[in-house]
Amino acid sequence: MDGLLSDLEVIRKDFPILGRTVANDLPLVYLDSANTSQKPQVVIDAMVDHLENHNANIARAMHTLGAESTEAFEAARDKVAAFLNAPSRDEVIFTKNATEALNLVARTFPLGPGDRVVITEMEHHSNIVPWQLACERSGASLSWFGLTDDGQLDLSNIDSLLVPGVKVVALTWVSNMLGTINPVAEIARRAHEIGAVVVLDASQAAPQLPVDVQAVGADFVAFTGHKVVGPTGIGVLWGRTEALDALPPFLGGGEMIATVSMEKSTWAPIPHKFEAGTPPIVEAVGLGAAVEYLSHVGLDRIHAHEQAITRYLLDGLASVGGVSVLGPLDASLRGGAVSFELAGVHPHDVAQLLDSRGIAVRAGHHCAKPAHKRFGVQSTTRASSYLYTTPAEIDALIDGLEYTKSYFKVS
Amino acid sequence: MDLDALYQEIILDHYRSPHHAGLREPFESEVHHVNPTCGDEVTLRVHLAADGTVEDVSYAAEGCSISQASASVMTDLVIGRPLDAALETHAAFLELMQGKGQVVPDEDVLEDGIAFAGVAKFPARVKCALLSWMAFKDAALQAQGEPS
Repeated sequence: MDGLLSDLEVIRKDFPILGRTVANDLPLVYLDSANTSQKPQVVIDAMVDHLENHNANIARAMHTLGAESTEAFEAARDKVAAFLNAPSRDEVIFTKNATEALNLVARTFPLGPGDRVVITEMEHHSNIVPWQLACERSGASLSWFGLTDDGQLDLSNIDSLLVPGVKVVALTWVSNMLGTINPVAEIARRAHEIGAVVVLDASQAAPQLPVDVQAVGADFVAFTGHKVVGPTGIGVLWGRTEALDALPPFLGGGEMIATVSMEKSTWAPIPHKFEAGTPPIVEAVGLGAAVEYLSHVGLDRIHAHEQAITRYLLDGLASVGGVSVLGPLDASLRGGAVSFELAGVHPHDVAQLLDSRGIAVRAGHHCAKPAHKRFGVQSTTRASSYLYTTPAEIDALIDGLEYTKSYFKVS
Repeated sequence: MDLDALYQEIILDHYRSPHHAGLREPFESEVHHVNPTCGDEVTLRVHLAADGTVEDVSYAAEGCSISQASASVMTDLVIGRPLDAALETHAAFLELMQGKGQVVPDEDVLEDGIAFAGVAKFPARVKCALLSWMAFKDAALQAQGEPS
């Protein structure tokens, strides 16, 4: 199969969990990586080593361990900056997750009555709700790009959506439900023509595409650690220096100040202005190891692998009667998350049957209720691959779907 | 994992041919309950007679086999019975579902509802089974407060 990682079996050995069995000794078939990815040994080891040998609070402990911990934390920032091709390491803000990164911008960006925010109908709830709250708070108005029937952004009314008065255009790079890869560089260019800032949710893009923040031309890019083979509890907000400098602090507290008096405080420069309190230190160390691992494998190779597996998955799903896929059917237009319906069987029941055969998928609305509503469905089953997914695992899924149909007696 | 313990034939029968489905009039109360983690939802109406009998429970539900079958079984168990007795059945079903598979159900009380004993061993599915029952209790108590 063209595009598959040539060292796939070696890569799989990097992920210890892939060796375990579930459901009465069946091998685990993990097809839920868009939900969270599995972790390679190198990430686990980096975190254990930090906890065993270097643990201390950062930037304030005047001792050897404090210096080592600070160095490890800041080295993680360097690794993330390199992963994103960020022009400056100071533009990398560590947050709790992508949700917090998006909320950071939505909570601090100055909006007022008459201002407009534009999002899209395919956003994850984490890139909808913060903007609804921001609009309610400020009196700004919210509008959005709709979707075409094949699950792409409907850009036919871009001229009436992107008009002066729009201050923020916030959209996902890759849809977590439809899989669609959006033309974010082109939309960023159009948004900048009217003076809007562009916020990209790269939660699904960062795991599987080369993310170059300079090439894409956005002002803010958010992603989360646990989907890029890193740990939970850490996310990243990248922002252009001038864009970050223009925002007031998000959370107040220790580490984010220059000086504090009882009457007034001043702020540390970025990135620390946005990192109040003790940050997720060991999680940052794990994330640093994770992005280094992905870069070592190569994001271009990972992307080619994802497209090959996704093409194979789409072909397999097309062979199962009663399956309908939501989103683009051309694997080159999409990422590795494929949501589908199976006629006559609810996604919960599909997931339960697959789980009984050791196959892990997600069932539900995938935190994208508006996108589901757009296509007239309440929930879907979603299979999502990653760099460790094999064609044999896709075969197991397809067999599992046929078994599901026979169990529920649907033809 | 014992799939057949979860998907008892009784459950699949109710799923394929749900009893009392659809929204009907008259009714004193209507509620809409959702399972926010998965999106399952039910709109449910209760009609109480002047003497407190549950005259009708009608519903429009969207969800998995467990939630659909549970709504069907629930209506069989509560329609035509005094509200107090219906709420006692509700309590018995709730106890079964929250019993982690350790509660032995009383068939005289729960009838087809005993088929859900296996669901109690699947924590992720307990909410599916309880969705319509919780909606019924909510709607019934609201209806009780309304003059009929």
